[in-house]
Amino acid sequence: MRRNGLLAWGFHGLFVAFIAAPLIAIVLVSFTGKGYLSMPFDGASLRWYRALLTAPEFGAALRVSLVLGVCSASIALVLAVPAALALSRWSFPGHATVQGILMSPLLIPNVVLGVAFLRFFTDLGLSGTLLGLVCAHVVVVMPYALRLSLAATGGFDLALEQAALSLGASAFTAFRRVTLRLLLPGLASGWILAFIHSFDELTMSTFIASPSLTPLPVRLYLRIEDSIDPMVAAVSTLMIVGALALVIALDRLYGLDRIFAGRP
Amino acid sequence: MADHPHRLTPYALSGPALLFYGLLLGVPLLSTLLLSLRAFDAGEATRTGLSLTHYLAILSDPYFHAIFARTFMLSATVALLCVLIGTPEAYILSRMRAPWRSLFLIATLGPFLISVVVRTLGWAVLLGGQGVLSTVLQALGLADGPVSLLYTMPGMIIALVHVLVPFVVISVWVSLQNCDPDVERAGASLGASEAMIFRRLVLPQIVPGIVSGSVIAFSLAATAFATPSIIGGRRLKVVATAVYDAFFGTLDWSTGATLAILLLLANLLIVMSYHRLVDRRHRARHRVPTAALQEVSP
Repeated sequence: MRRNGLLAWGFHGLFVAFIAAPLIAIVLVSFTGKGYLSMPFDGASLRWYRALLTAPEFGAALRVSLVLGVCSASIALVLAVPAALALSRWSFPGHATVQGILMSPLLIPNVVLGVAFLRFFTDLGLSGTLLGLVCAHVVVVMPYALRLSLAATGGFDLALEQAALSLGASAFTAFRRVTLRLLLPGLASGWILAFIHSFDELTMSTFIASPSLTPLPVRLYLRIEDSIDPMVAAVSTLMIVGALALVIALDRLYGLDRIFAGRP
Repeated sequence: MADHPHRLTPYALSGPALLFYGLLLGVPLLSTLLLSLRAFDAGEATRTGLSLTHYLAILSDPYFHAIFARTFMLSATVALLCVLIGTPEAYILSRMRAPWRSLFLIATLGPFLISVVVRTLGWAVLLGGQGVLSTVLQALGLADGPVSLLYTMPGMIIALVHVLVPFVVISVWVSLQNCDPDVERAGASLGASEAMIFRRLVLPQIVPGIVSGSVIAFSLAATAFATPSIIGGRRLKVVATAVYDAFFGTLDWSTGATLAILLLLANLLIVMSYHRLVDRRHRARHRVPTAALQEVSP
């Protein structure tokens, strides 16, 4: 491993400062005692966290987002894994087309998807339902699930599966005990990435959410559009804390480089 | 690639995903396309057939020209800055040693897990007239009064780079992981300078990562809704916020659908031609195995 020079560390320091600055700002602002956004340098207060307790719409929105993320990431993975196996193992007529189609949501702006689903769900009577939201989110997160599934299946050594088969394992056993076991870290990364993208999705959801079924980012956005008071900073701070906890837990569980690089 | 046990197996395996896409992506998009092509009789608002009326109306309106030009400039600038910042950062991260590497990876990629709305709100706090930037500039005597980057192009660019740079870091990081470190060591042992090693040995290997990162950054910047909406506001509209306003502000669904389709077409055109260009150049110069290129192309 070759080392970084002074210049490299300097660049890195600036980068980290740039990344952290808005997050630190929002955390500081959330502790203000005043009625508008300001730094709490003349005394910190928990006023806006207390105010949050009497605003149950944020808790409801968090539940919607969690359900949405878990459902859509799981469905996306179930659909993506067989496709990834097919794409990485065989070259067949239409190979590039299939892969192109499955990755296509990356090329479709989420605002366009929002427009399309708004109209589609309105026609079907699915507008503002959980089913509608989940279906829409599956489409959005599928490319991420597929990309990491492909990375996992592409790096898979077929000889291992063939060895299991030659030692007398049935095709199903070989798949379950060897193939799936080895693919698991890659697939888990795919699920997590899909969940994150679902949890983070705002643009499309703004179009199809209903007042009774609003994911957290949409709730926050609508609130900001209305008025930027320090309560949104308090909600944001809690979301930052949650994300940090998730990052640290993930790093302990798998190692972040494995998750983001999709390596087994 | 293995022998296939059956000719239809790959289709059966990818079938469910394709069917899902057909129903939940193909149909809604087609329906939006039809909406944008639908001609209304002004008096009775009844359906009279397909026409390009909405497209012609938008394409001949200087108001929308400005919105499209602004969106393109914004995305191109943001993608370029993301590559210039994200590539060196990924390289620096990959050369760190054990405890630092994972710590700073968390610091770099952590914000990636935090909602775009939250991060944009942070920039709204920093960039506003009462914000930290303004206070610092005034304290240093660089500004006479409050400086606000809210509702300005630089403000939007800064916030969007912050949101999108982790995508470039990740994608370059992934391709750095696939590099053979012995190549760098060989270069160093043969007396190559740091800059030469990066340019001649590392850079060619990570071009696919840079390309995919910048394409993602460009595409997401052109798509971006939250950041332009909160930082740019009503004054600096981009296509995405204009679509939103058409649907929820002026309730003109046809114009909204038409704008959305135009955004989709423009995005497809730019991303695909970019891919084709890089693809051809890269293949000619380095003869990269096609598998690597497949990985890159969305």
